[in-house]
Amino acid sequence: MSQTDQSRIRNFCIIAHIDHGKSTLADRIIEKTGLLTDREMQDQVLDNMELERERGITIKAQTVRLVYRAKDGNEYIFNLIDTPGHVDFNYEVSRALAACDGAILVVDAAQGIEAQTLANVYLALDHDLDVFPVINKIDLPSADPEHVVEEIEDVIGLEAQDAPLISAKNGVGIEEVLEQVVAKVPAPTGEPEAPLKALIFDSVYDSYKGVIVFCRLREGSVKKGTRIKMMATGATAEVVEVGYFGAGQFIPCEELQAGMVGYLTASIKNVKDTRVGDTVTDLDNPCAEPLPGYKKVNPMVYCGVYPADTNKYPDLRDALEKLQLNDASLFYEPETSLALGFGFRCGFLGLLHLDIIQERLEREYNLDLVTTAPGVIYKVYRTNGEMIELTNPSNLPDPSEIDYMEEPIVSAEIMVTTEFIGPIMQLCQERRGRYISTEYIETTRALLKYELPLNEIIYDFFDALKSRSKGYASFDYDLKGYEMSKLVKLDILINKEEVDALSFIVHADSAYERGRKMCEKLKGEIPRHLFEIPIQAAVGGKVIARETVKAMRKDVLAKCYGGDITRKKKLLEKQKEGKKRMRQVGNVEIPQSAFMSVLKLDTRD
Amino acid sequence: MENRVERKALSLYVHIPFCVRKCAYCDFLSAPASEKEKEHYVNILCGEIEREAVRYPGYRVETVFFGGGTPTVLKPDQMDKILCKLKSCFMMETAEGEDEEPEITLECNPGTVAGEDLGKLRGMGFNRLSLGLQSARNEELRKLGRIHTWEEFLETWYSAREAGFRNINVDLMAALPGQRVESYVNSLERVMELFPEHISAYSLIIEQGTPFYERYGEADEQRKRYGEDREHLLPSEEEERAMYERTREILAHGGYHRYEISNYARPGYECRHNITYWKRGDYLGFGLGAASLMKNCRFANAGVLAEYEGGLHREERQLSVQEQMEEFMFLGLRLTEGVTCGAFWDAFHVSIENIYGSVLKKLECQGLLAREGERIFLTGPGIDVSNMALAEFLL
Repeated sequence: MSQTDQSRIRNFCIIAHIDHGKSTLADRIIEKTGLLTDREMQDQVLDNMELERERGITIKAQTVRLVYRAKDGNEYIFNLIDTPGHVDFNYEVSRALAACDGAILVVDAAQGIEAQTLANVYLALDHDLDVFPVINKIDLPSADPEHVVEEIEDVIGLEAQDAPLISAKNGVGIEEVLEQVVAKVPAPTGEPEAPLKALIFDSVYDSYKGVIVFCRLREGSVKKGTRIKMMATGATAEVVEVGYFGAGQFIPCEELQAGMVGYLTASIKNVKDTRVGDTVTDLDNPCAEPLPGYKKVNPMVYCGVYPADTNKYPDLRDALEKLQLNDASLFYEPETSLALGFGFRCGFLGLLHLDIIQERLEREYNLDLVTTAPGVIYKVYRTNGEMIELTNPSNLPDPSEIDYMEEPIVSAEIMVTTEFIGPIMQLCQERRGRYISTEYIETTRALLKYELPLNEIIYDFFDALKSRSKGYASFDYDLKGYEMSKLVKLDILINKEEVDALSFIVHADSAYERGRKMCEKLKGEIPRHLFEIPIQAAVGGKVIARETVKAMRKDVLAKCYGGDITRKKKLLEKQKEGKKRMRQVGNVEIPQSAFMSVLKLDTRD
Repeated sequence: MENRVERKALSLYVHIPFCVRKCAYCDFLSAPASEKEKEHYVNILCGEIEREAVRYPGYRVETVFFGGGTPTVLKPDQMDKILCKLKSCFMMETAEGEDEEPEITLECNPGTVAGEDLGKLRGMGFNRLSLGLQSARNEELRKLGRIHTWEEFLETWYSAREAGFRNINVDLMAALPGQRVESYVNSLERVMELFPEHISAYSLIIEQGTPFYERYGEADEQRKRYGEDREHLLPSEEEERAMYERTREILAHGGYHRYEISNYARPGYECRHNITYWKRGDYLGFGLGAASLMKNCRFANAGVLAEYEGGLHREERQLSVQEQMEEFMFLGLRLTEGVTCGAFWDAFHVSIENIYGSVLKKLECQGLLAREGERIFLTGPGIDVSNMALAEFLL
């Protein structure tokens, strides 16, 4: 393989809005190139994490090397680099794109262009990729390919007249796509004799080999024994193995050269040393400067994660440690809550990332978790001139010591059919959005641009967006920066005791509303006790909302008939079981569900 | 005499799963049936009694309870057949011997039994009646889907007295839809004027799978449907509690004492059969779905006729010592006399403090439980929230 002619290599990816059929097309391409037998062919080969399969989204970028015999009689090496499909993983997407030379843009023949379609196309064009469109799902009754062709040309400005009309599901038109890959994706360039310069676009941790680094070689070559250096992190290592990606397996080879996509291992113990976007070079013969575009991704959303069973704290710590081996963007540090005991403050790229980690902890590590309301990083400027980055509301200094606070703002793009512009604009206004512009993409669709505080969209913005547009709106955002804002800490007192795990930071104008909702919700969650329990929301010691859980007055068993006591016992057992899952705060028992339910406060009703 | 001392006390329950019409709140094993089905059932039942009795030779029967359904939908000669079968298969004798008859109760719904039949039943040996009145107000009875009126109940009542029943229980229900404290108290007083020996006063529990659940199951739904129309709304919790309190006051005034959460009796007329359940005495159940406790093993017949005919037990469970302790507490504490430390020791040879010390202390602090010498019992407030208190005793 070492003498592969660069002109016979095609490095590309598939970009699409979620659900437009990216993974299905990838499956078909793998099938058609015939590298896999039918037996090996599972549905959606690329998404191999269980969770990804279930949710139908790609979380970690994956890649596969294929051999395609084209109609011109030549064999081509295809490196298909899969990209994550969610805004939380924007940076990973951008690095995966940087490893490619071209991109297939998949557009749903019925849905047309969506917010992520645009965002991904612009991202691809930013990386100088040659993008060619493919129109998928032509088998749908509501498919309107001509219209979508026009839309692609008008909105994106891509030539689309010869776009393959395909049905990835039914395997229609795939040959055409493969031929266009050969014709439209440029062959890689790069000097094999130059000093090594390779882009890391992903890495995974393997308990035998250590970190497996996924890279695209821009210049030079690498083989077993090469001493390498990561230019941003400074980590050095000696290469143990290089190779390329079979479907679902790693296939070692002699050497990787400029233009190729492959992996290397070097007994690296931690993915933190092999940051996505970093440049790998030869320690003994380094390149002059790294590839552009590296940045350290920082978590945007934080929340407390606690084991439901307080004895499971060490298990949770081990699980987080293991997950972090594979996920450099996951952050955690120990914290303590009066209500929830020992746990961790964890940082995530976004809500989906949070969801995924939480599910993996629960599923793969068999842990029951209690998570607190997610928040963002606030910048708190103290009167003494010091600035702290606040991730846990409990650490907010006394108001008298605070000069002012800043919160993160995102630039959001919302693609919506015109009939729903009203409700969506209203939603953005409710969420303290700043209107920027409306661009009509065509007569029935518009792109709304807003600036929104991040803490307003991490709760249930997606859900609200979906429900108010009947599912027709799509959404994408980018962190814009920090702005000064009037923020307060909302405390919840249960039976006059502050429950730290329920505190959160909120804009002063929404405090009353949120406090009221919170109290209402908690009233429904906290079971009645023998005494009356006041639930209060307070800002700076001033109570702004109150509900009361009435005292339990009567709770008597029904008639015990014919000596059949089993049902009665079950009832008592249920009652007892419920109690076990409670957290004691003062002399009130709070069910774990109460900590979670407050995450879903729809602001509308 | 000697024989009596050696033999162990036993209670028998006979389930008759038939009724004239299913009530709207009922989730027991019961349904209307044809004459042929009833006859068939009586035969299977007698077969079961014969078969089972030989397995338990060393017992004497102190109490028998015919429950349902409405047992009196069977003809008197069918009842006689069953009762005779029991008498021929088991020794019927109390610890007092000649001085006290076994308690043989028949559950009976007003309007299902004629005066002359009551005489026959008394003659066969039934000596206690349990009349399912539920309410003395006809509009409330209608809502419950009961087949009788207050007037029809009175007819049955006087016939029963005439037939020689000197021990009669009347069932009443509180917390009925549209019921108010005043109307409940009115029912109670009307019944008390008749001076029955025993009164059971339960709260209506809305069980899933009944027409009542559809109608009243979810409080929110209920409000949506009926608004604030008090004719249909279930009484509030405060009202329900007031009904409970008034029951105790009024009945105490009338000479009845509460001996169990929902049961009141004139002195000496406590239902011995029910007390067997709470004190975990041995009992055998015959008939569809009937439950038994024998030597700390709980089992029950299948609840589906075809399976019951085949002699299937629905479930059988030898109770662990821990389960026995749990039962001892959560059943025993239903009785107002409660449990005693000595009885606990006798049953388990370990001190109650060892097992339940912290629970007892906690409930005592909360005012739900009290101790008087040997005796441990729920207080008035403890009875009000007995589910919560009793759940603490699960280990």
